[in-house]
Amino acid sequence: MRSELRVLFGRPRTWAMLLALAAIPILIAVAVRLSSEPPGPGEGPPFLDRVTQNGLFVGMTALVVSIPLFLPLTVGVVAGDTIAGEASLGTLRYLLVAPAGRVRLLVVKYVAAAVFCLAATLTVVVVGALVGLALFGAGPATLLSGDTVGVGESAVRALLVAVYVTVSLLGLSAVGLFVSTLTEVPVGAMAATVVLSVVAQVLGQLDQLAWLHPWLFSRHWLGFADLLRQPVSWDSFGDNALLQAGYVAVFGALAYGRFVTKDVLS
Amino acid sequence: MTGGSSPAEPAIRTRGLTKRFGQQAAVDGIDLSVPSGAVFGFLGPNGSGKTTTIRVLLGLAAATSGETSVLGQPMPRALADVLPRVGALVEGPAFYPFLSGTANLQRLDAADRRASPASRHQRVAAALERVGLGHAATKRVRAYSLGMKQRLGIAGALLSPRDLLVLDEPTNGLDPQGTREVRELVRSLAADGATVFVSSHLLAEVEQMCTHVGVMSAGRLVAQGTLDELRGGGEAHVRVRTPDVGTARSALAGLGLVLVQATGAAPSDRAADDAGEGSRDGVVEAVLDGAAPPPERIVEALVAAGTRVRGFAVERATLEDRFMALTGEGFDVVG
Ligand SMILES: Nc1ncnc2c1ncn2[C@@H]1O[C@H](COP(=O)(O)OP(=O)(O)OP(=O)(O)O)[C@@H](O)[C@H]1O
Ligand SMILES: [Mg+2]
Repeated sequence: MRSELRVLFGRPRTWAMLLALAAIPILIAVAVRLSSEPPGPGEGPPFLDRVTQNGLFVGMTALVVSIPLFLPLTVGVVAGDTIAGEASLGTLRYLLVAPAGRVRLLVVKYVAAAVFCLAATLTVVVVGALVGLALFGAGPATLLSGDTVGVGESAVRALLVAVYVTVSLLGLSAVGLFVSTLTEVPVGAMAATVVLSVVAQVLGQLDQLAWLHPWLFSRHWLGFADLLRQPVSWDSFGDNALLQAGYVAVFGALAYGRFVTKDVLS
Repeated sequence: MTGGSSPAEPAIRTRGLTKRFGQQAAVDGIDLSVPSGAVFGFLGPNGSGKTTTIRVLLGLAAATSGETSVLGQPMPRALADVLPRVGALVEGPAFYPFLSGTANLQRLDAADRRASPASRHQRVAAALERVGLGHAATKRVRAYSLGMKQRLGIAGALLSPRDLLVLDEPTNGLDPQGTREVRELVRSLAADGATVFVSSHLLAEVEQMCTHVGVMSAGRLVAQGTLDELRGGGEAHVRVRTPDVGTARSALAGLGLVLVQATGAAPSDRAADDAGEGSRDGVVEAVLDGAAPPPERIVEALVAAGTRVRGFAVERATLEDRFMALTGEGFDVVG
């Protein structure tokens, strides 16, 4: 496991993606800072109007901006690469002969992808918070319920949101893992995973497919607003966690079924 | 070494092992038997199924039919118990180009759950030293040459003490020093009691280091046995170099030997031949079967018949001759 993380984070590509994610809150903060008028309520992405009150909200705004594409993109790259990447390098055969054990390898790969999800969301939130604090300071923040909370409390809320978004991405990671066992071409697996995440979101927009909506892994992606109320409403967190767990179970099982019987010919 | 299989038991044994890719049988019902402690040369032209066989032996691919046992245990059932005792190089080395040689080996070592993390550092350093990569250990593999990667691959196979080494073309891309070191390495591993299963195209290489040989052709195992048995399967020849081709031929025929070919002086040159010392030599070759008289008698007979013998040799068929006879001369890949 430690060695898996070392490979993941020893890789320039991983850092490039995290850097790109870090750039999003920086851009937002700088843009808000440079504009002469503070954004009015309801303008631009959610939470943007709160940014000037409390710098921590830069991270939150950046998350909202990244959820539809940037986060799924990076997660798709990591999850799609899990097995297919090893296969295309040829290292898969050496890991299996070592022997790593196919099930163990699959589990380790998935956990590493999950760790990346956490690293990615934390990058956005933490970099956002730091930049926000530097540019706007840390005033008391008004929650969506109208209550005002102090800096410590809002930092906790920011971390909660990061956890929520991480959980949101677990289902997509499982899908990516499964796709990755189907091919030896990592780019294909990455692209397929990212495309699936976009398709899920598009389907979620179509009212004609309302029956399908509860089953889409992207269903609760933007539902973390409940964590910004007083008292915290855990309903959407629970629903989201359950849905993602379902995806992990189903696609984990599919990946298992595919990978344990697969001929490794690369 | 950890032992576990009795010496009488073959290190690798397959029965009717078949692997199909769609319609094509890449490996077609082979009965392989690699004695424990042997250095087994696995030969065959391109596409004859060597790598595919190795993949099936190591559990990377599932056999279509047939039975396999490795180190006395049924495969792929006992995979988890057998593989830690097997070091392998399959179809060239493969590494993470963005990691150093050391980091690559550490990861490979970490993949084996039974390898103790405490001594990992030591094992990796020892393996690198053994293949002469001590100085390039911290370099990224991206910057390695072909031969350096090959060496690193061999180091990976040697991380832990192994009872069986499966090396698919280990000398591919190595310089003469590297080739020679691999040969030495194989010998020293065998001396430690390990079985080495090595596939190769380099017949001279195999002839120098192997005790046993198996030959694949178009998915079938067309011969296997000790090196001597295999070479012995081809007959010995006597080769006489002489200007007196005609007399030599009749003398050999007189001894009951079957002539193979005569080159050099043609009958019309006979007059020139008889002219003396400076005339051109021809070569007369005959099959030396079990019934033939000993070589010294043959020379006597030749001389008695008035042949000027300028060269005389008894030659066993080389492995190459046998290989060609078994797999055909054609250059086209079957498949
Ligand atoms: N993944 C695959 N899909 C379909 N056919 C394959 C696959 N891998 C190998 N083959 C076929 O199986 C046969 C044996 O291939 P294999 O790689 O075992 O040969 P080899 O003896 O190792 O050759 P070489 O000396 O070139 O390494 C070939 O005819 C090849 O076309
Ligand atoms: Mg091969």
